[in-house]
Amino acid sequence: MLRGIAHKFGDNISTDHIIPGRYAHLRSNLPELAKHVLEDADKNFVSRVKEGDFVVGGSNFGLGSSREHAPLVIKMAGVSAILAKSVARIFFRNAINLGLPVLICDTDKIDDGDELQIDLAAGTVADITSGAEMTFGKIPDVMLAILDEGGLIPYIQKHGDFKL
Amino acid sequence: MGKTLAEKILSEKSDTDAKAGDIVIARVDLAFVQDTTGPLTVRHFQASGMSLANPERTLLFIDHAAPSPNASLSNDHIFLREFSRQSNCIISEAGDGICHQIVAEAYASPGDIIVGADSHTVTSGGLGAFATGMGSSDVAVAFGLGKNWFRVPETFKIEVKGDFPKGVSAKDLVLHLIGKIGADGATYKSLEFHGESVGKMSMAGRFTIANMVVEAGAKVGLFPADKTTREYLEGEGRGNDYRPIKADADAVYEDTIEIDATRLEPTVSRPHTVDNTALAKDLKGTKIQQVVIGTCTNGRLEDLAVAAGILKKRRPVRDLRLIVAPASRSVLLDAIAMGYIAELVEAGAIILPPGCGPCLGLHQGALGDGEACLSTANRNFEGRMGNPKSFIYLASPATAAASALTGEITDPREVL
Repeated sequence: MLRGIAHKFGDNISTDHIIPGRYAHLRSNLPELAKHVLEDADKNFVSRVKEGDFVVGGSNFGLGSSREHAPLVIKMAGVSAILAKSVARIFFRNAINLGLPVLICDTDKIDDGDELQIDLAAGTVADITSGAEMTFGKIPDVMLAILDEGGLIPYIQKHGDFKL
Repeated sequence: MGKTLAEKILSEKSDTDAKAGDIVIARVDLAFVQDTTGPLTVRHFQASGMSLANPERTLLFIDHAAPSPNASLSNDHIFLREFSRQSNCIISEAGDGICHQIVAEAYASPGDIIVGADSHTVTSGGLGAFATGMGSSDVAVAFGLGKNWFRVPETFKIEVKGDFPKGVSAKDLVLHLIGKIGADGATYKSLEFHGESVGKMSMAGRFTIANMVVEAGAKVGLFPADKTTREYLEGEGRGNDYRPIKADADAVYEDTIEIDATRLEPTVSRPHTVDNTALAKDLKGTKIQQVVIGTCTNGRLEDLAVAAGILKKRRPVRDLRLIVAPASRSVLLDAIAMGYIAELVEAGAIILPPGCGPCLGLHQGALGDGEACLSTANRNFEGRMGNPKSFIYLASPATAAASALTGEITDPREVL
């Protein structure tokens, strides 16, 4: 069970919003890089976000670059899950590979600042502030297995190969 | 039941009868990274304890920050060079060119599976390779296991008929397509290109279109490998890498989208999303301070030829920077031999070393506050070119060159 505050963003939040290319020189200095997370979408996000909170997007969250640094800096900010109406393909896979759940649900019902409770096993999101209840789409088994190990590299360290 | 190109390639490389929706484990023929995604990939790879499955099919490219603008990125380059020396994988140095162009010129073959830690890895779909972008963890696993898992995508058939009118090119077609279906209109899908126009299209045009399918969310953009593909590979000294490959006639498509090329007009993506398209003629009067011709989308010889043809002996307006970045060393050499570089320089162009140039905001042409750039690149997201207070328009090399002449967005048919 995950519990935290929703930080709401709009549609088409790109990997350039999440971590712009102009900070590429910080990619080998992750603590510094992480200070710029989502800066171009909301420059106050980094000071407001708390451990366990959620990033809530609209449609096509994470479009653009393959940079795994995008979900990485969101995870480093303490975010425990990303919720969106739809997610770009590479970003989705990258987040799961880092052990960061991405849940596809109707985020129109969630407002910025709402408190959410998420049951990953049951597939439900409860908006405690508004009382709204949502379900999220099933994550493919291969991704659940990777998520269970905390990410792809830990998965491979443990299993040595894909066990599908 | 027949197979789409995606199903065909994934079946072959996974030794299964793969159908859309299946999840398969497939052999990877080529895996690569570039200098902004490579260091994380190498760190993941080293943490995993694996060794390289195929060092000669594992590539590191120094192209995004090439040559490096600062010490941190220079140190990332040192890190990649050291890994290359220790592991015997291949490194492509600063000045050699953009990963996607070099993969197309020297490595990709029809029917291959290629994974790259860069979203525009899809470019090699232009020659019939199942080429797709992945993140650092996935590419690290492909480095070590020589395979990865793939969801077999559903396919949209894109049927293009008719010839391009004067002043219209493959770039206009793909911008039109993305404008029509939206920036998430093909999320997780394969886009497969068919029709008489595709048969007649040059490899440069096919690469331009395949390069941009990810801007509609697609996993891959596939062209059949045909006579044009064979001639291209022969021209690169790789005739033996050719094999014909195309979808079965009775393949099943999720959707079919028809495009009449004869009705296309020069098209532009407006800030800040690629699907925010308009016709160039309707944007007349939009002032720009910079024009970029190059990148993995439109930095090939054919693109430079079009630009030089429009710009030669005509000097651009003085308060505009015209930046030209050939996609590879080989493109640059050919453009020098053909006289295009001299024509562009005489017309006021700044020639950058082969590489990604200013496309992702690292160096070599970052925009100032309130400035607008017309670029032949593939992305116009807010902040993409180094400044969230700037504006990026995307267009073809012809539209870019015509706009460099006037200092505002200009329909190239006005100057042809």
